[in-house]
Amino acid sequence: MNHPDKEADSKPQFKLEFKIGEKDFSVAGEAASKVKKTLQQLGLRPEEVRNIAIIVYEAVMNVIIHATHGELEVIIVPEKVVVLTEDTGMGIPDLEMAMKEGYSTATHEVREMGFGAGMGLPNIKQCSHKLNIKSQVGVGTVLEAIVYLSSKD
Amino acid sequence: MSSYFHSITLDYEKCMGCTNCIKRCPTEAIRVHDGKAHIIGERCIDCGDCIRVCPYNAKIAVTDTLDKLSEFKYKIALPGPTFYAQFKEEESVENILDAFLNIGFDDVFEVALAEEVVSFMTRHYLSTNKYKKPLISSYCPAVLRLMQIKFPDLLSQVSPFMTPREIAARIAKEEAVKRKGIPYEDIGAFAISLCPAKVTEMTQPTGIKNSAVDGVINMSLVYKDILKQLAKNHKKEKNKNLQKATGLGMSWGYITGEAKALNYGSILAVCGIHNVVSLLEEIERGELRDVDFLELRACTGGCVGGPLSIQNPFVGRVKLKYFVEKYRAKTPYYQEKDMLDFYQQGRFFSTEPILPRPVMMLDEDVSKALLKMERLDKITNELPGLDCGACGAPSCRALAEDVIRGLAVDTDCIFKLRERVQTLAEEVLDLARKMPPAMVSNSSKAKGKKKEKVNE
Repeated sequence: MNHPDKEADSKPQFKLEFKIGEKDFSVAGEAASKVKKTLQQLGLRPEEVRNIAIIVYEAVMNVIIHATHGELEVIIVPEKVVVLTEDTGMGIPDLEMAMKEGYSTATHEVREMGFGAGMGLPNIKQCSHKLNIKSQVGVGTVLEAIVYLSSKD
Repeated sequence: MSSYFHSITLDYEKCMGCTNCIKRCPTEAIRVHDGKAHIIGERCIDCGDCIRVCPYNAKIAVTDTLDKLSEFKYKIALPGPTFYAQFKEEESVENILDAFLNIGFDDVFEVALAEEVVSFMTRHYLSTNKYKKPLISSYCPAVLRLMQIKFPDLLSQVSPFMTPREIAARIAKEEAVKRKGIPYEDIGAFAISLCPAKVTEMTQPTGIKNSAVDGVINMSLVYKDILKQLAKNHKKEKNKNLQKATGLGMSWGYITGEAKALNYGSILAVCGIHNVVSLLEEIERGELRDVDFLELRACTGGCVGGPLSIQNPFVGRVKLKYFVEKYRAKTPYYQEKDMLDFYQQGRFFSTEPILPRPVMMLDEDVSKALLKMERLDKITNELPGLDCGACGAPSCRALAEDVIRGLAVDTDCIFKLRERVQTLAEEVLDLARKMPPAMVSNSSKAKGKKKEKVNE
């Protein structure tokens, strides 16, 4: 990720990184809970913490279910939190459909496990202020969700 | 924050400074310094896990003694169902309740009866569908305190009712005023309990301004006296009007009992503080949205597994279950109409919001907190990651946090200390080898000899 403005570098920032392996279902919960703990220590408001934890969980789940492997980065600066996943995998053929509630391309096996309800991306969208997805079929997907933090007064 | 009350304290003499408790605490509230455990008060949720795990019985719960009874003219005992679980199955609840009247109490009121009232009101509330799923039981004070610290966003999902203990104290006092004409302030209500968190709940209640419970008496302080009374008066005709609760109310004493008594929709019952933590993490992520109600208890097995219990929680469950069955078919004391009245009067709804307690926060200011977090991360990475506890903190991460907060130094870590000693020793060795330039050092003498040899 390139940061165009130099100003951003001088501001305090904190980054959390996770590697995501294929079918590594436990990593989603672990990442969400570690991110949550960090954000609570940073003093974010409870709703913000909850929204970001949901984004992290769902985004990582997407990588686990649909890709072979990937990475998660959570970048926290004073005014916003950026959740970024990058994966190598099948990509999203129809992004518009993928954003619809209940639409899922998850395998039968994954659904048997109680996942793949087609709520991942809609949930992420609902919890974030900005959502950018770049996907190439057969290559992979980059997802960036941004939550702007309200000032505490 | 330092004025925050918690019931669990340390018996300084007994503490050996081992690290069992720091490892077990769900809120990382204990440190070992100077060979003794110290509880960070504002983080303690009174779950009592440290009491269970301490091999030296050095963790104790501060409860009220029977001396407190003398502060009131009219004393009401409020035994919960867990108290019944301490007796043999041949015993009857009538006899147990009656025994209280011979050991210094003027009246006795079963918390189980108020539990039936809460079950009814909760069922009615759930049927209105005006709540966010799942509704979380407001019963366990340790779970509520855990949520204040770790799950602040879920506090809005806590059931809006006062606890059965609170309701029992209020009804019992009102009845005493009505029936006996005793002034309200002369009446003292005393919970008979196995639970340190209930002491905290009484002192610093959640959801209400002031508690009507005036004291929480450790069950073991009255147990022997009650046993003596039971042995003495076995054949005497008992006051049959004391016993009012049915088995359903009594079943609240063990896990799944509240769910059974509620009997509405889909309910999940979870016990054990660490299980509760992982369940709440799932709820926080928005999962289990089709569950209507969560029955959560900090203690394994539910309240029969309270930290002050003498017996195994599973034995307690079996014993209590006997009483539950015995009183299952009893005609309820309160009719549905009475309980609907309670609901509509709104008397037993909580009056205050339950507020988050962000005690884990590094700094009020996000920018400053971020800088501290960077340092925290750096220190954590430099620590060995063994989580051995020898520094007195539960994990390397917790030690790093303490360093950031100015409560510890990184050489509290024995591995860090060893590293420092090694560096220092190497420096000392280096210095020891150095000689003032004017003197001939041993090594250059040797070199000189070598040279001579070469010259020869």
